[in-house]
Amino acid sequence: MSVTTMNSRNVVTRQPGMIARLFDYKPFLIVMCLTPAIGLLAVFLTYPLGLGVWLAFTDTTIGQRGVFVGFENFQYLLKDPLWWNAVFYSVFYTAVATFGKFALGFWLALLLNNHFRFKSILRAIILLPWIVPTVLSALAFWWIYDPQFSIVSYLLVDVLHVRSTNVDFLGTPWPARFSLIAANIWRGIPFVAISLLAGLQTISPSLYEAAMLDGATAWQRFRFITLPMMMPILAIVMTFSIIFTFTDFQLVYAITRGGPVNSTHLLATLAFQRGIAGGELGEGAAIAVSMIPFLVFATLFSYFGLARRKWQQGEAND
Amino acid sequence: MTDVAASPGNSNVASATPDTMSWDSRARRVMMIYLPLSCFVLILLFPFYWMGITSFKPNAELLNYKEHNPFWISSPTIAHIKHLLFNTAYPTWLKTTMFVAIGSTTLSLFASTLAAYAIERLRFKGSPYVGLGIYLAYLVPPSILFIPLATVIVQFGLFDSPMALILVYPTFLVPFCTWLLIGYFKSIPYELEECALVDGATRLQILWRITLPLAVPGLISAGIFSFTLSWNEFIYALAFIQSGANKTVPVAILTELVTGDVYQWGALMAGSLLGSLPVALFYSLFVDYYVSSLTGAVKE
Repeated sequence: MSVTTMNSRNVVTRQPGMIARLFDYKPFLIVMCLTPAIGLLAVFLTYPLGLGVWLAFTDTTIGQRGVFVGFENFQYLLKDPLWWNAVFYSVFYTAVATFGKFALGFWLALLLNNHFRFKSILRAIILLPWIVPTVLSALAFWWIYDPQFSIVSYLLVDVLHVRSTNVDFLGTPWPARFSLIAANIWRGIPFVAISLLAGLQTISPSLYEAAMLDGATAWQRFRFITLPMMMPILAIVMTFSIIFTFTDFQLVYAITRGGPVNSTHLLATLAFQRGIAGGELGEGAAIAVSMIPFLVFATLFSYFGLARRKWQQGEAND
Repeated sequence: MTDVAASPGNSNVASATPDTMSWDSRARRVMMIYLPLSCFVLILLFPFYWMGITSFKPNAELLNYKEHNPFWISSPTIAHIKHLLFNTAYPTWLKTTMFVAIGSTTLSLFASTLAAYAIERLRFKGSPYVGLGIYLAYLVPPSILFIPLATVIVQFGLFDSPMALILVYPTFLVPFCTWLLIGYFKSIPYELEECALVDGATRLQILWRITLPLAVPGLISAGIFSFTLSWNEFIYALAFIQSGANKTVPVAILTELVTGDVYQWGALMAGSLLGSLPVALFYSLFVDYYVSSLTGAVKE
């Protein structure tokens, strides 16, 4: 008799545990845990990525389903001087801005790696350009580049007397191109500097001590210790930087919107102009898809060109 | 890194080693370190100074460099900010942006905590590949996705709604947060979970009662980072939102305040300043989390 009551009590206490037991079943739990993240990424990232490639081969416009047109969009782009212009400027913009960001950012990281007072405050201040919304700092740059009331022109003309006329930052193609690159470098320096600083702090001081005992100069210590030790982290930061500079949109859209005379269009802004503003979804998607080969190439180049991990860890040389 | 961090007393010695050399004279130190550093700080901060000073200048002073020193304000005014707050939909934009940022941050934190826990702690066949896949998702830039995403959003009937942004922002937040949290979960000793398992805790109890409380710093890092990234996002908000009231601050300033041929620089700069303040404030409260998550994410 007592046994049955025991059993029934057991059943009662286990009853609410059924769901808990299901959640304790590992495969089920794994699926449940991964569903939200994978679901979100599948619906809003993987599917659109595939859809984008499909759209690039159709003549879809806003409000009208397109039909498959093969390589027509791409053939059109290859004959379009504006697209070639955007390709040129995207590559130029990425190359010059990445070079500037890394040269100045590395320098800043080396400076910050010294010991001085208020270092953490300084580090906090330096990250500000990267934290603030890009469009809002781009607006500040737009105002700094104003043709009439630019503060830089004021400094050059009225204070330093280097020039006699105001600088026309955004009115003509080449100055506009370089003005945008300068703004991009300004925004990119903090990220590069702080990430590289983290890398610099992992280099063991004993390496520098050993080098100094051997009589290495400051340049030799930089060239043969700092630089090789930094290669893996440089490779990662540079990969990220190249991808996000090449596909930049905000700065150009906020400051010049591709002008003057379409000279500062990046592929992303051109895709937006054709695809969303102009309504030619198929053509816009083709422009966006045409970025992918450049991105893959740049990623492979910066990653495999710079990352020499095995060699670094002293394993087999290959 | 861990050595330096673990012994704050010694960090002085460790990081100062490269420059305690015989050539280290004070003049040289000033020339080689302090001078370039101050140039960097000056250039990096100048646009903010310019933004701030412009938003409090009366229009007369703003466009007259001959009689007024442009670097200073003789008679500060809050007319531009008043104009923004009472004559434009600025408060609505702020509210929308806040709503979108908080919504997408919550959603991505939820999704990425579970995913990171599954990948790092439930360890199953192929878990490293799932991790790698999520990481690769971070390398897909929004500029490639916004056109097809716009059609997806229209299909879902979400066009012109802040909900669209809340659902789309996790595409770049989830990979980042998952990666960050995997790193944090790694640092929590496995033994703690084993003890709890022996004591009869279920997996979910372990996640809720043991792993999550220990991963709070990681959750804060991921949260503030997501908040900042969604506050700053531009291209999706520009492409998916049409009506003035539903715009986020960065988009609204650029599309609603920039009108005509004569730009209202005072109001534009005041809008930029106000729009930057929330993230800047947030940032100043959690600087260390930002720096650690930024550098942690890169090192992983």
